[in-house]
Amino acid sequence: MVEWTEQERSIISGIFGNLNYEDIGPKALARCLIVYPWTQRYFGAFGNLYNAEAIKSNPNIAAHGIKVLHGLDRAVKNMDNIKATYAELSVLHSEKLHVDPDNFKLLSDCLTVVIAAKMGSAFTPETQATFQKFLAVVVSALGRQYH
Amino acid sequence: MSLSAKDKAEVKKFWAKIEGKAGEIGAEALGRMLVAYPQTKTYFSHWGHDLNTQTPQVRKHGGIIMGGIAKAVKSIDDLTSGMSTLSELHAFKLRVDPANFKILAHNIILVMAMYFPADFTPEVHVSVDKFLQRVAWALSERYR
Repeated sequence: MVEWTEQERSIISGIFGNLNYEDIGPKALARCLIVYPWTQRYFGAFGNLYNAEAIKSNPNIAAHGIKVLHGLDRAVKNMDNIKATYAELSVLHSEKLHVDPDNFKLLSDCLTVVIAAKMGSAFTPETQATFQKFLAVVVSALGRQYH
Repeated sequence: MSLSAKDKAEVKKFWAKIEGKAGEIGAEALGRMLVAYPQTKTYFSHWGHDLNTQTPQVRKHGGIIMGGIAKAVKSIDDLTSGMSTLSELHAFKLRVDPANFKILAHNIILVMAMYFPADFTPEVHVSVDKFLQRVAWALSERYR
């Protein structure tokens, strides 16, 4: 069971309460596809991913980035039971989408970088540590149902 | 994943832009690593327990580390030779587990994005990420 302090809960709800999903979602996913190009393997049906410019302006990727970011909302609402909250999504990623769970960490790192760039100095070391802890718990929960 | 001509050009171009703030970036990155990845504090126990971005030794050491990165940028065409002395230092004297190079690289990248949000585009990010991986590789050369 993951322990969260009041400060950590406040940091997480603060970040997500002020998040511009339409801006951050597309940026995080596009950055992941550019920085770790092998992740493009899961997006064969999304259209032109030929170069960085194409990826950044691809509307399907943008829409999907927003969807994935909203996927984190349920963890924010259920911080004391992220494991159970993501059981179904974990099965989906394993059995239907066949996503290598190592990729979750890559996307999570890109999301952290994009949020840090947006928040600047407001993304303090403590905020970083809390946000990374939160994403690590989500990543672990998403990988749990793989077998 | 070797560095293409484009990667090298991106790294050198970005480094020229950020060089003036390199010491500060190093201090932030090292401090953040010690806060967000507390297991890395084991290498700095001689500085005390509560280490962060404001600790004087951390700030100084962040600058020293970025000096090493500056050297790597200059030796980008032959990182193994360029990093050879530093590799011996890390292998035989410091004995830092090379897994930690990846952790520090992540923090350096994060701070670069924070300080230069417009310049640290995904294209620059991928080249810098590859570069730091190669530096880590060169730094581990002499380990075994």
